[in-house]
Amino acid sequence: MQTQLGSAVFPRLLRRSLSYIPSILYSLHSLLNLFHFFRFLSNSSPQSQKHKEMASPFLSNTIISFSSSLSSSSSLPRLAPSIPFSAIRSKSTPRRILTVRSKIREIFMPALSSTMTEGKIVSWVKSEGDVLSKGESVVVVESDKADMDVETFYDGILAAIVVGEGETALVGAAIGVLAETEDEIAEAKAKAASKSGASTPSAPPPAPTPAAASTPAPPKSTPAPAAPTVAEGPTKTVATPYAKKLAKQHKVDIESVVGTGPYGRITPEDIEAAAGLSPSKKNVGLAVVVETKPAAPAKAPAASAAPSSLPPPVPGSTVVPFTTMQSAVSKNMVESLSVPTFRVGYPVTTDALDALYEKVKPKGVTMTALLAKAAAMALAQHPVVNSSCKDGKSFTYNSNINIAVAVAINGGLITPVLQDADKLDLYLLSQKWKELVEKARAKQLQPQEYNSGTFTLSNLGMFGVDRFDAILPPGQGAIMAVGASKPTVVADADGFFSVKNKMLVNVTADHRIIYGADLAAFLQTFSKIVENAESLTL
Amino acid sequence: MHSICFQATGVPGSNYIFDSCSPALAISKPINLRFCGLRKEAFGFSGLTHSSSGRVHFSSRGHSKKVSASAESNGSPPKSFDYDLIIIGAGVGGHGAALHAVEKGLKTAIIEGDVVGGTCVNRGCVPSKALLAVSGKMRELQSEHHMKALGLQVSAAGYDRQGVADHANNLASKIRSNLTNSMKALGVDILTGVGTIVGPQKVKYGKVGFPDNIVTAKNIIIATGSVPFVPKGIEVDGKTVITSDHALKLESVPDWIAIVGSGYIGLEFSDVYTALGSEVTFIEALDQLMPGFDPEIGKLAQRVLINPRKIDYHTGVFATKITPAKDGKPVIIELIDAKTKEPKDTLEVDAALIATGRAPFTNGLGLENVNVVTQRGFVPVDERLRVIDTNGNLVPHLYCIGDANGKMMLAHAASAQGISVVEQVTGRDHVLNHLSIPAACFTHPEISMVGLTEPQAREKAQKEGFEVGVAKTSFKANTKALAENEGEGLAKLIYRPDNGEILGVHIFGLHAADLIHEASNAIALGTRIQDIKFAVHAHPTLSEVLDELFKSATVKAAASSHGPVSEPVAV
Repeated sequence: MQTQLGSAVFPRLLRRSLSYIPSILYSLHSLLNLFHFFRFLSNSSPQSQKHKEMASPFLSNTIISFSSSLSSSSSLPRLAPSIPFSAIRSKSTPRRILTVRSKIREIFMPALSSTMTEGKIVSWVKSEGDVLSKGESVVVVESDKADMDVETFYDGILAAIVVGEGETALVGAAIGVLAETEDEIAEAKAKAASKSGASTPSAPPPAPTPAAASTPAPPKSTPAPAAPTVAEGPTKTVATPYAKKLAKQHKVDIESVVGTGPYGRITPEDIEAAAGLSPSKKNVGLAVVVETKPAAPAKAPAASAAPSSLPPPVPGSTVVPFTTMQSAVSKNMVESLSVPTFRVGYPVTTDALDALYEKVKPKGVTMTALLAKAAAMALAQHPVVNSSCKDGKSFTYNSNINIAVAVAINGGLITPVLQDADKLDLYLLSQKWKELVEKARAKQLQPQEYNSGTFTLSNLGMFGVDRFDAILPPGQGAIMAVGASKPTVVADADGFFSVKNKMLVNVTADHRIIYGADLAAFLQTFSKIVENAESLTL
Repeated sequence: MHSICFQATGVPGSNYIFDSCSPALAISKPINLRFCGLRKEAFGFSGLTHSSSGRVHFSSRGHSKKVSASAESNGSPPKSFDYDLIIIGAGVGGHGAALHAVEKGLKTAIIEGDVVGGTCVNRGCVPSKALLAVSGKMRELQSEHHMKALGLQVSAAGYDRQGVADHANNLASKIRSNLTNSMKALGVDILTGVGTIVGPQKVKYGKVGFPDNIVTAKNIIIATGSVPFVPKGIEVDGKTVITSDHALKLESVPDWIAIVGSGYIGLEFSDVYTALGSEVTFIEALDQLMPGFDPEIGKLAQRVLINPRKIDYHTGVFATKITPAKDGKPVIIELIDAKTKEPKDTLEVDAALIATGRAPFTNGLGLENVNVVTQRGFVPVDERLRVIDTNGNLVPHLYCIGDANGKMMLAHAASAQGISVVEQVTGRDHVLNHLSIPAACFTHPEISMVGLTEPQAREKAQKEGFEVGVAKTSFKANTKALAENEGEGLAKLIYRPDNGEILGVHIFGLHAADLIHEASNAIALGTRIQDIKFAVHAHPTLSEVLDELFKSATVKAAASSHGPVSEPVAV
């Protein structure tokens, strides 16, 4: 005879009496006495009714299982299905097992109206580990008409939440588990896990009655160590109300967080950092996409999948969330992956351009203005390169030639736009450019001044970069990457060697609308314009 | 008198009030709540509506009244009076009384030692409504989910603290000048200075440093109001440890503020502060937040107004010591267990708002000259608001209204009491039914109530042997509420199924404060459910919440046949 009390949670009086059970259990008489005793203790009459009915299975199987349930209306504990019992029996060989578990209760989805078949959990008023007392609201359930507070009819500890906030459950399904004492929490949790985790084919709640079913969990023979909750010592941790809420929500141990707020208090930001959340939500992971951009085109949808495939951060690394500008860049870069681009390079002789630059520089003309003007003039002759493909089905020819020029600004990247660059003269363009750059620095660019470009120019020549490759910004047909102009030995048609300044330009274009020949012709025109730089001043 | 106070955003049942008085008293006076609200009449409108009639009375008043007054008075007191009625305190209560007195043809004076308007207008419900209007709009704009559901896109909402503070201040000055002008226009004499009762029917007033003036009146109303109550051990510096007086100036928006007391003042300020970005910690002496509300409403309110916001709370604790921030230290709050008195916790926050209720402002009123002793500062009165002296006798010609008597610390209750007194002194017996006075808390959404809570009704039912019925409707079922995407809310009706009497109505939801009046009027007029349920409501309006509520009650009594609504009317 073995009495398996497990971590059963009886009222103290009952527990004491149970320790005598082995000696008296053989006698049916005393057994019945025991039942009387139970009935005496149980506070609801249907329950004792049930106990009586249970007498026969008890006699045949010599297993007692008490399980009571918590539900809003009449809760009728049922004798459990036999699955867990066979498991027990095979494990523990002794002849008879007395399994008494009456104090781990399930909280069921109540039927709040006659038409209600399932309910949504609006919120859990209590959290796992909270101590509940009879009559307190535990959970808020939304029915077809109203939100209702569901109260507990028992004292205890909310051991586990089976159905989380925002989820729905059928009427009568277990949504949480209540343990009477801390000792039962582990067991209750196991029970909860078996509810939510393991696919339980025997799950369908058969009873349409509000009285919910109660399935005892496989009893654990070893009482689990006391729950880790309620460990609030006198240690002084100061955390703000919202920080505490977040910590609970994201299951962050607040004691392990170092506060960075005023007076060393723990702020919501500290919790977010500890939980690995970046305060501005969802831009984690995209950084990787941007960095690997040259190789990326193959995997367009990788953008969204990126976060999951991220390697764990190297210890000691810091996560710095994107600024708004950086987020915008990131977003654009990822978007660009959906456009089929190709590149065409061209060497351009710049002696004439350099000579012109020397001449006009004192008048405030910048190289950017010269290049923008040259590109604009070339675009005027090749409107297709100034067009864009908005929907994948058509060309959109832009009436204006607006040259966007990429500028690096305080860790960001912005593209102020020289509007109607083909129509303005060099001096006006230069002046305009100066204004735009100042505005960009002061973060005062109007949207029209940075997003109206029809063609983009990116110049890294001043850093000595001889050639590079640009990413086509979404919404445009082509972008030109300009390298440094360098003295280069060239052989002319007659075989004479000479040294000329050569600059490599590389255009990236959307091949849906701009084909190789288009780009080649455009580059040729561009090259001619640069080589006959005087035309730029016209 | 330094101030005339009819409290508005007062805290009901706030910890310290309950603590400092006997528990029996706390229980026996469950409607000792303070709310905010102003009778419409208190504002400029009344000046316009009454001015003509007032003037007529004014001119005809002179001789007859004085004669009759002296004829009635027997013996020692003056033979003729300077005034028919003197009101000490120009708050909302005094103002309401003055207006009604003029309408009744009384020569009236009002004595004010501070500013006209009292607490409500200057430091209470009026400026707080300005702040709450801002918080409501901020809340809406900040609720991305809400906006999205409506199909709106709004970029980040922000605010300018000084702008918000100015709005509150401007509103107070505007209402104050409306109030002053309405009284002047009617011919009410506004006497400036602190008023003191020097004997029966005799009051002296005067500013400090000036000779006192003595005036006589046939009847005197005390309407001196209340001031914020600060429990001992709490050091108010006006910067980091503040009362509602300071908070309404909104001189700062702390990152983290502790609010001591979770009644009306506390709740409303938590609404303001969280909308402006602060985090809030409530400290409540009772075991649950929002004592004084119907428990069911309180529960729902907590779920909507507390739990999802950046608020946490400590209940069942007293703040025994609060030290303002200084020497590089934050505000330090020492908490003890309310029952065991054991030290419980110490909080470090950026600011603390003391919202533990209001104390009557009755010191220096000269009550000893008429043999009256205050109880915890409150002036004892009978149900007709007549002042009771130490021997339990009525003091003739002396009344007390508003917060100073502690019956129901609400601006509009004070005003109603003032009107009741004027009715009595002009010859019509009148007893104000306090159970018909509605109350509201202007959080988002609002809370309002009238009459008894469910536990109070059940207690009464048990004593008197009747049945109690409870009906509820949800705002979720209301078309207008859903159109506004504000379906969160509940209306609750407590009634007698046998005769259809309305015992109490409690509303939590959009515009609850405006919705309550259908119920409070029904209670005041004695309208029964079986009759009011036939009244028609425009569709779709929020008022249909109450329509539904009345219809969902099951009353055994039949509709009265002579009822105005059930009678066929020829069109």
